[in-house]
Amino acid sequence: MAEKKKLSSVLINGVLKENPVLVLILGTCPTLAISTSVVNALGMGVAATVVLACSNTVISALRKLIPDKVRIPAFITIIAGFVTMVQMLLKAFLPAIDEALGIYLPLIVVNCIILGRAEMFASKNRVLASALDGIGMGAGFTVALLLIALVRESLGTGTLMGAVNIPVLQEGGSIDPMIIFVLAPGGFFVYGLFIALAQKLGKEKVDTSAGACGACPAAAVCSKASEKEGKKA
Amino acid sequence: MNNKELLLVSPSPHISSGAATSGIMLDVIIALLPAAAAAGLIFGYQALILMLVCVGSCVVFEFISRIVMKRKQTIGDLSAVVTGLLLAFNLPATLNPVYAVIGSAVAIIVVKQMFGGIGHNFANPAITARVVLMLSFPVAMTTWVKPFFYQVSGSSIDAQTTATPLGIIKEGTGEALPSLWDMFIGTRGGSLGETCAAALLLGGLYLVIRRVISPIIPLCFIGTVALFSWIFGQEPIFSVLSGGVLLGAIFMATDYTTSPITRQGKVIFAILCGLITVLIRTFAALPEGVSFSILFMNILVPLIERIGRGKKQKKGEKKA
Repeated sequence: MAEKKKLSSVLINGVLKENPVLVLILGTCPTLAISTSVVNALGMGVAATVVLACSNTVISALRKLIPDKVRIPAFITIIAGFVTMVQMLLKAFLPAIDEALGIYLPLIVVNCIILGRAEMFASKNRVLASALDGIGMGAGFTVALLLIALVRESLGTGTLMGAVNIPVLQEGGSIDPMIIFVLAPGGFFVYGLFIALAQKLGKEKVDTSAGACGACPAAAVCSKASEKEGKKA
Repeated sequence: MNNKELLLVSPSPHISSGAATSGIMLDVIIALLPAAAAAGLIFGYQALILMLVCVGSCVVFEFISRIVMKRKQTIGDLSAVVTGLLLAFNLPATLNPVYAVIGSAVAIIVVKQMFGGIGHNFANPAITARVVLMLSFPVAMTTWVKPFFYQVSGSSIDAQTTATPLGIIKEGTGEALPSLWDMFIGTRGGSLGETCAAALLLGGLYLVIRRVISPIIPLCFIGTVALFSWIFGQEPIFSVLSGGVLLGAIFMATDYTTSPITRQGKVIFAILCGLITVLIRTFAALPEGVSFSILFMNILVPLIERIGRGKKQKKGEKKA
């Protein structure tokens, strides 16, 4: 069924309709931790996108060989391989980014966006569609990170991309930068506001019907999914 | 949905008169007036300007957000005026008014209207706004001026800064502590509405007599602060009069939306508010913890509500 989906819609899906951060609410931890500066957000987004596209491709190619019972360890192994490669490349060529991302770079291994797409999409779809899904989802992750980081960095430190200073928000300007935006509570506030905005702008409501819940990796712990199950039973 | 439905959700002891929201809010405003007048006397015209800015910007933000959200206009219920006044009471008198407007935006747009307007806010808007400002502008939010600084001519504001009594204790600056009488009539450093204990108590008494608030929360809150301050070896009366305990206990913790409905719930809520306040004062880096403790307990209210009404809910759960 999914095979029939147009490839272009698979690509765009990740950015808009099923944006992993703003609609599926996955990858919250790196989102909140990294989005204090635009440069870091871009680095994180690109790194995750590369890993996501590569792991989706490989997992999709191997989907008929991986036994169902050990699929999660197999996925993790594949993802960890790509994360290690990305980390080594960053260490070699962009050590500043590597240092800024710190522990969150190796933690891409257990990033629920990547594991979620492996489980939900790559293990059920063809190689090309899976690769495009990986790129689309990665782009969605990157765009969401950049949006949040743009607000948090500009209001929280008064800079843009770590280089351009916003005159109003400097020491001695009309107001100081609002430190709360680079702290955790500000991160949650901005994140919440963007989720609200995505809900408002997304004309189609998020599909919580039983079918969609069944495909969701959070179905086991999600109250909405269990409600549906209860109604069916 | 009319205002009556919002307020008469359960057999609360404190709203038995079928009062409208605007009437209750008017009573709260009347109760706040003595403290506002005291602030004007103690901290001068800047305090009055700050109050006007806060009230004005809160009402304007409420007006605009109701229009943008295409909801029924609610500025008539005066709740935005109360939020604005309470926010101003939580700010240092010489704060840049731009910051006060930012605080109003946080209180009304983010905390109140985005969650559905009056009756739906997850925490007290004024408290949340104060905490946001505290975390955003730590220096400006803790620059206190001496009482009557505006009468001293020819000296810059920098020469007139002081610390709050709690700040003096925490940082050990060696400044003389104000006497208990100074603390009672409010001639000490602090947020503009929190200093005058006499005016706050007068307002609280009015609210209790008018049955706008039940005395449970203020009494338990203040009592707990006094008790635990005494246990930790501090002067209990000084602890109650210092910082924002009276303002918080009488006007902030009693907000209908963000305090429990049941009697047991109120007691638990208020005692924990007081306990967290003393713990922050005694062990944390900050000199004062009233706003953080109330904010924290606001978020726990939905859980506390379960305690007071066990039986009814259990029956319902069994059926399901």
